[in-house]
Order: sequence, then structure tokens, then C-alpha cells
Amino acid sequence: MAGIPHDSYKPNSNAEKWLHSRLPVAGLIYDTLMIPTPKNLNWMWIWGIVLAFCLVLQIVTGIVLVMHYTPHVDMAFESVEHIMRDVNGGYGLRYLHMNGASLFFIAVYAHIFRGLYYGSYKAPREITWIIGMLIYLLMMATAFMGYVLPWGQMSFWGATVITGLFGAIPGIGPIIQDWLLGGPAVDNATLNRFFSLHYLLPFVIAGLVIVHIWAFHTTGNNNPTGVEVRRTSKAEAQKDTVPFWPYYVIKDLFALVLILAAFMALVGWAPNMLGHPDNYIEANPLVTPAHIVPEWYFLPFYAILRAITFDILFLDAKFLGVLAMFGSIAIMALAPWLDTSPVRSGKYRPAFKVFFWLLVVDFFILMWAGGQPAEGIVPLVSLLGTIYWFGYFMVILPLLGLFEKTKPVPETIEADFDSKYPPKATPAE
Amino acid sequence: MKRRMLKNIAAAATLVLGTTAFGAGGGGEIKDFDFSFEGVFGKFDQAQLQRGAQVYQEVCSACHGLELVAFRTLHDWGGPGFTNDQVKAFAENFEVYDVEQDDFRTAGANDKFPPSNLENAPDLSLMAKARVGGADYIASLLTTYTGEEIESGDSFFYGNKTYGNIAMAPPLSDELVEFADGAPNDVKHMSEDVAAFLMWTAEPKMMHRKRIGFVGVTFLSLLALLLYLTNKKLWADVKRKKA
Repeated sequence: MAGIPHDSYKPNSNAEKWLHSRLPVAGLIYDTLMIPTPKNLNWMWIWGIVLAFCLVLQIVTGIVLVMHYTPHVDMAFESVEHIMRDVNGGYGLRYLHMNGASLFFIAVYAHIFRGLYYGSYKAPREITWIIGMLIYLLMMATAFMGYVLPWGQMSFWGATVITGLFGAIPGIGPIIQDWLLGGPAVDNATLNRFFSLHYLLPFVIAGLVIVHIWAFHTTGNNNPTGVEVRRTSKAEAQKDTVPFWPYYVIKDLFALVLILAAFMALVGWAPNMLGHPDNYIEANPLVTPAHIVPEWYFLPFYAILRAITFDILFLDAKFLGVLAMFGSIAIMALAPWLDTSPVRSGKYRPAFKVFFWLLVVDFFILMWAGGQPAEGIVPLVSLLGTIYWFGYFMVILPLLGLFEKTKPVPETIEADFDSKYPPKATPAE
Repeated sequence: MKRRMLKNIAAAATLVLGTTAFGAGGGGEIKDFDFSFEGVFGKFDQAQLQRGAQVYQEVCSACHGLELVAFRTLHDWGGPGFTNDQVKAFAENFEVYDVEQDDFRTAGANDKFPPSNLENAPDLSLMAKARVGGADYIASLLTTYTGEEIESGDSFFYGNKTYGNIAMAPPLSDELVEFADGAPNDVKHMSEDVAAFLMWTAEPKMMHRKRIGFVGVTFLSLLALLLYLTNKKLWADVKRKKA
């Protein structure tokens, strides 16, 4: 790949040469696996592998589930129970898929906040960041539609509430809502198109993941110092990096397996802990659950959606809520241009650190608020949380870069690494 | 035919109209019962599931269905563990609607339990997963009747600390069901037994799942340990440490 100087693939045997001159696939694999990777990456750089694994897990379990599932309002709920009761290992597949979504979102949030802290979004990695945000948006759409498929009470009412948001858009809203639902209300047509899209979107995500990896293999990985790998010569580059194989493959695998052990504990011993009991009641359009809540991973944005309780000029509160919700994600995508600091990594930005951790706390407060009934102090907390979310990106990031006094940044990745793992005083024998 | 009619009469006797609050919320008192299937290594108590099945059949099934559960699964590992003959005999207590005959007939092992006889009585197949508190909720509901009766128009409601005012009259009374194994048959014990049985109907593969969870966690932890050691050795040179 372009960028960091390194050895590229050289076909040795005649067979390799034969293949290489026709289809350089071995070279592609070699260059991808042997890519020089900063040697100072910490444990927050493992989430990419976890995410790649989640995507494969969801696609594989999902494809098998589809073999036994019936996307029809009269049969969907029962067919899921058929999977749980009669299909060999079906309960395992279904619980893996259901909790796999949670693991996917835990990993993606860790991955995003990693990027926000270490300035991974900054030039020259803006494209990687934006592709990542698109992937995240598609993940949310996929998870939302997937949650509708079991056709439980929360499936139905969640779909009703969320598609209703689109109806709040002035003018074209009702048309969009009809088009999403395939009719005036959530019904069989809705279930069928959600099923179709729930099957399609993961493959779109897979395509974007390839572009995401391509982009950061072009720019090189960011690292905790935010200092770029030296590119003046191969020798210097080698002092800053190690090849991805075997160093990071093994490290990432270790982290992945450890996380999967915890994941298996969840699937084996508490598979319904993150779900909602109402979804074990078949959808009933005539009975509204007392308290409609989305899945945990949507709660912060659900809180933002409900935060606006007042009209502004001719825009009504509901539409403003919709704007705020989508805006809160769009504003993240603009971070590369909103952050004006010349220093990339938050490690050397004392004031930034404070505001960053406040953002993390804000995220969890919003998550809490999203799960509560909108009464008492909850709307106020949601509103303040929303203001901080937007304030962080629109005010704090641009101004900090102008006023913040940053700490000195290491000269090179090697220097940073050596300060942690000092070279031996005596030459190695 | 006669049995079904009897059931319908029984159902009609307890038929109480009125608004029933479906939903997993509740918010009432949920007591903590000590079930054998709780925890990582918890297992279903086979004898308890059999007693619970009996309580369901003799009492609950007058109104409530279990339409997602097949009789044959009573024989499966990790459940009540009926023998095939016991399954057959148990199924014969029920009548199911046969589409081909367009009539009711005696149930067999491959049939599913019939649906609810009463429109207002929810199906119990998934009840233990569809309410906050699960089996504890069910046992609480059955044991916290206050004895209050509230007349509201044409309907009767019964005071209950778990549910609030409920349309279902107290279904259990001491010694209502005789257990072959001579187990205690007061309301509390019968409630626990039937709650355990309904936990099994909601999650018949619970013991399979826990077993796989245990194998998975053990295996992955060992693999993680090996990978940790591999990783440490691999990086030792880069980090200038002794391997």
C-alpha cells in the first residue's frame, strides 16, 4: 500500500509468478497483512478486529436464522419461537445474533470514542472517519430493522414510534413515512421491507468496511501519540513500526478471545439481560406498552430525540427532536473540520481531556435519560445533555485549538516507545 | 368433547370481563423465591417441573393456553423428563382442534398444548420471559392475593399485591392438587412448582444454553491464556524484555 515505505510482495516460485502476473491476489494479502503498524498502539486499538468479527458473526448467524424465519405478521413471532424450541441449536443461534448486536455496539462506541480521544479523525484520516460514521449509521438502521423482525410488542411499537419521526418532517414527512411503512401503519408490508433491508445492509456495511480499511491502510494507522510514522526511508519507518502480522494479529486475537469469553458468559447465562420482556409478547396493534424504550445502544440518541419539548418559530418540537437526533451524529462526522488544534492526540491536550471525559459522561447520562419515562427532571437532563453534545463539537473543539496550551509531543513514535521500554544499556548478546 | 365443555364451563365461571393491563411493566411487589434453576449452574428440578405440569393441567389450563409448547418436549432432556408413555397419558388430558377433521380430538404427543380458553387469559408459554421478574413474578402473583374483592360494573376484581386489581380469581388453594410424590401442596409450594414449570415452557433449552455457556467460557478463557502467553513472548523482543 502507499504511504509508509516497506518491503512489498515478491513472487518467488514459478507458480507464484504465474499467478501474480494474472491476478496479484497473493500480493494484496501479503501487503495487507504485513502493513507497517505503529509499534506503540495500546489496547484501545483492538476494537476494529472485534467489529470485523461481529460483522461476520451477525452475517453467519443471520443467514442461518433466515432459513427458519418467516417474515409475515401472522407467523414471524411463532417462527422465532420455532427457532428457539425446535431448530437444532436454534436457541444458540438466535441468542448469539441478538446479543451479537449488543457486542457490536459496545465495540463501535469504544472504537468511536478512541478515535475522538486520539484525534484519529484529523487530517489525513478524514475519509476513514466519514466512512466510519456511515458504517455506524447503517449499523443503527440495520439493528433497528432487525429488532422489528421478531414481531414482539417492542418491535412493533418501536417501529411505530421511530417511523413516526419521519412523519414529523414538514411537507414531505407523511409521504416518506408511507413509503417506509408501505402503508398507513406498521404492518405486513413494513415487516417485509425491513426484513429485506435487514438482509441487504450488512453487505453494504461489509463493502464500506473494506473502503474504511483501504483508507487507513493508505494513510497509515493513527497511534496514541498522534505522531506520524517517519516516511523518509524504510529504515526509519521500521524503527517506528512492526508488521501487522504477527505482532498485532496475535495481540488482537488475544483481546478478541478474551472479549468473546465475556460474551459467551452473557449469551450462556443471561441472554435476555439486555433485552426487554415486552418483546416476548406478540405484537398487538391494539395494546400500547406502558413504556416504549428502544434497545440500550439507541438510548443516548433517543434521549436527544426527546430533549426538545418546545417549538421554535414555525418548527414544532417533534421535528426539532428529529433534527437534533440526526444532527448529533452528523456533527460527529464534521469533527475533522471542527477541531482546530494542531496537536492530534488528546494525550498532550490537558484542557481537551477534561472536555472529552465530560463528553463520555454526557453520553452515559443521555443513555440513562433515554431509558426513563419523559417526566420529572428527565427532559431537563436530556436537554442539558444534548446542549453539551452539540457544544462539544461546535464550540469547544473549535475554540480549544485556539486557546489551549498543549504539552510537548514526542519527536517520533520510536522516542515515545523507548521512553516506555528503554533500550538495554549493554548491547544485546 | 365432554372434557372441553367442562373446561369451558369452568372458564365461564371465572369469566370476568374488564380491561386487563397486558404489558411487562407491573411495578407491583415481586417476592424473591429460591428456585433451583437460578445462577450459572442452576438446573431445573425435574420433580418440581412434573408437579408444576400437573398444577398447570389441573388448574391453569381451564383458562390459559400454552400454544407454543409441544407435548413431546415434556420428554426432552433439561425438562420435566416424562417418559414417552407419560407424555402420551398427559396429552390425553387435553383436546386440540384438528384442522383436517374440523373438530376437536384428544391430543397426542406431537400436538401442541391448546390455546387459551378465555380471550382475556393470556397464553402462558412465554409468560416467565415476558414479565419483569420472570418466575418470581408468577409465583408472587399467585401468592399475594389480599382477599379483597372489588365490584366494578359487571366485573369482579381481586386485590393482588403483584398485579394490582386482577380479573383472575385466586386460582390456587391449599391441597387443591394431590401430588403423587406427596410433596407439600400448600399455595406457596404449588405456586413455586407451576412458576418453575412455566420457566421451562418459556425457556425449554435453558439447561442446554447454560451448559454451552460454561463450555464456551472455559474454552475461550483457556485460549485467551494461551494467546496471552504467545503475545507476551512475541513482543518481548520488541519491548526489550526477557521472554
